[in-house]
Amino acid sequence: MWERLYIASGNRLPIIMTTVNRALSAPINIHCDHSDAMGARDAGWIQLYSENAQEAYDNLIQAVRIAEHRDVRLPVMVCMDGFIISHSIERMEMLDDMPVRNFIGPFKANYPLLDINNPVTYGPIDLQDYYIEHKRQQAEAMKLAGPVILEIGKEFGETFGRSYGFFEGYMLDDAELVIVGLGSSTGTVRSVVDELRAKGIAAGLLKLRTFRPFPAHEIAAAIGGAKAVAVLDRSDSFGAYGGPLFSEVRSALFGKNDAPPVVDYIYGLGGRDFGIADVHGIFDDLQDIVQNGAPEDEVQYITVRE
Amino acid sequence: MPAQASIPLKLKELSNKRDLLAGGHRMCAGCIAPTAVRQILLAAEHPVVATNATGCLEVSTSIYPYSSWRIPWMHSAFENSAATAAGIEAMYDSLKQQGKIPADKRIDFIALGGDGGTYDIGLQALSGALERGHRFLYVCYDNGAYMNTGIQRSSSTPRGAHTTTTPAGKVIPGKQQFRKDLTKIVAAHNIPYLAQASPNNWRDLMQKTRKALNCGGPAFLNVMAPCHRGWRCKIDIGIELARDSVSTCFWPLYEIENGILKLNGETKQLADLKKKADAGDEAAKTKYGQKKKPLTGWLKQQGRFAHLFKPANEYVLNELVGRVENDWNNLVEKDGKLF
Repeated sequence: MWERLYIASGNRLPIIMTTVNRALSAPINIHCDHSDAMGARDAGWIQLYSENAQEAYDNLIQAVRIAEHRDVRLPVMVCMDGFIISHSIERMEMLDDMPVRNFIGPFKANYPLLDINNPVTYGPIDLQDYYIEHKRQQAEAMKLAGPVILEIGKEFGETFGRSYGFFEGYMLDDAELVIVGLGSSTGTVRSVVDELRAKGIAAGLLKLRTFRPFPAHEIAAAIGGAKAVAVLDRSDSFGAYGGPLFSEVRSALFGKNDAPPVVDYIYGLGGRDFGIADVHGIFDDLQDIVQNGAPEDEVQYITVRE
Repeated sequence: MPAQASIPLKLKELSNKRDLLAGGHRMCAGCIAPTAVRQILLAAEHPVVATNATGCLEVSTSIYPYSSWRIPWMHSAFENSAATAAGIEAMYDSLKQQGKIPADKRIDFIALGGDGGTYDIGLQALSGALERGHRFLYVCYDNGAYMNTGIQRSSSTPRGAHTTTTPAGKVIPGKQQFRKDLTKIVAAHNIPYLAQASPNNWRDLMQKTRKALNCGGPAFLNVMAPCHRGWRCKIDIGIELARDSVSTCFWPLYEIENGILKLNGETKQLADLKKKADAGDEAAKTKYGQKKKPLTGWLKQQGRFAHLFKPANEYVLNELVGRVENDWNNLVEKDGKLF
């Protein structure tokens, strides 16, 4: 269904898709990693990632508003980790129907297909004389989605008490050693940050929620002052220099004054466990980088036997 | 004239209706697909929303910023014309339930596709939509290959036909396989109405369209659509080749309504003559021999079969003629019976 993703975004259809992130065959594996959604990162969909069931639920409600916003009109993937979130039991707060209905509001189609008195042609063939203009408009819509995501995240907070932005910083303001990640494993990182902070180590976490549109400037501002940054990638981009998140984060920092060294850890493919000891290992590496500089091999595979 | 005109179609009334597929599209001169589509849309009694699989018809009628469609129309992908129509029909039902479309307002849904988008690439979407019971009509315009992309073989291409992916030459004598009988595959879904039609018999095609749109559930029309580019024939004989696809029994006209198979039009006349002839009626035998045209004559008009008339390829010709004859004999037996 790969090209369908591009058709949905190219037709500017405000579709919401819960993406239960799972590994891709072959070999066949149905457990968690981000290969599916990361592979679709250029498909023109907004991508929101969730740490837990509550965030997946809240993101889904906001996604409707974002997708249908007049300035945006793009499909949204609400990503949640397969099995780790999708098949676990955890506590969450459900909202009442009416306030959610009021928050979302009615859908208004701009050029409804079923308006038989004003027939419209959807999905025409678009040749050399127009295609690039339409793609340019799509890029602009993705750009305009940024402020909309922030505005709706704020309004959601004012209405329901949980605010959302592009990302969530945890102990980030004065952090020297920073891990950037997304999805359920950021909870594990947070607990290690607490342990390290108790020992006086300035560790911090940037948990990314909005991967598309990628908030490059905001991320650079948030972690540009750190001494070393590690990125967690739960998918690989074979043959690229590091995983997809690493490429984006490093690119966001490139050319900034005193930008910290950035290293990448590709982990947890096919649902492989990623635990506290693994996070400790990464922070140990970051401390080593601060003292001795970045290693030659900036991209590493962890949670793997080799 | 078909044996029974179940729904009256008056030329005078039809001539006052506006063509819903506008002229000026970029289909080839002499192409039969738009002729069929115009007849089908003219036959519709209610507003129609159409979907279109990728193919000649789609790329030639929707070149942005122009559109030939005077009806709401949507193209999504090659393989999902039926799924797209199913989704639109579901949306219509939902909007009706919500009171956003008046209860007395009826819209009909037609999914269009060529044989590539129907027999091959869109088969799963078609089968799924038929099984789920959406109220829509799927129309396949069958020209027997992927003509839009340069005449590649499809599962509708007849045995022995030359295409760019089954080139007749020293290695192979054209396509090595027999064509798929999609109409019967659709029949196996037990939908309320399906038929084979050909635009040379416009009345039959239009009546079938009306029956299909009024059957209350999923319906299917397989429509013969000669393509001079792929068939390597004269540009102005498309309708004649369509007619002779029927009179040679290569493309019999029949319908299956609530499970009962019924032959129509010229096909019905031929079948009745054949039955009488088989029972020993000499006059009928003579008439049958005159009316049923030899398949070889039809094949000879098409360059895609030219190599079959070389002595070395006679066995392919015999296989093709034999298969068509066999299918015809079987079909005659089923006339008036439960499929």
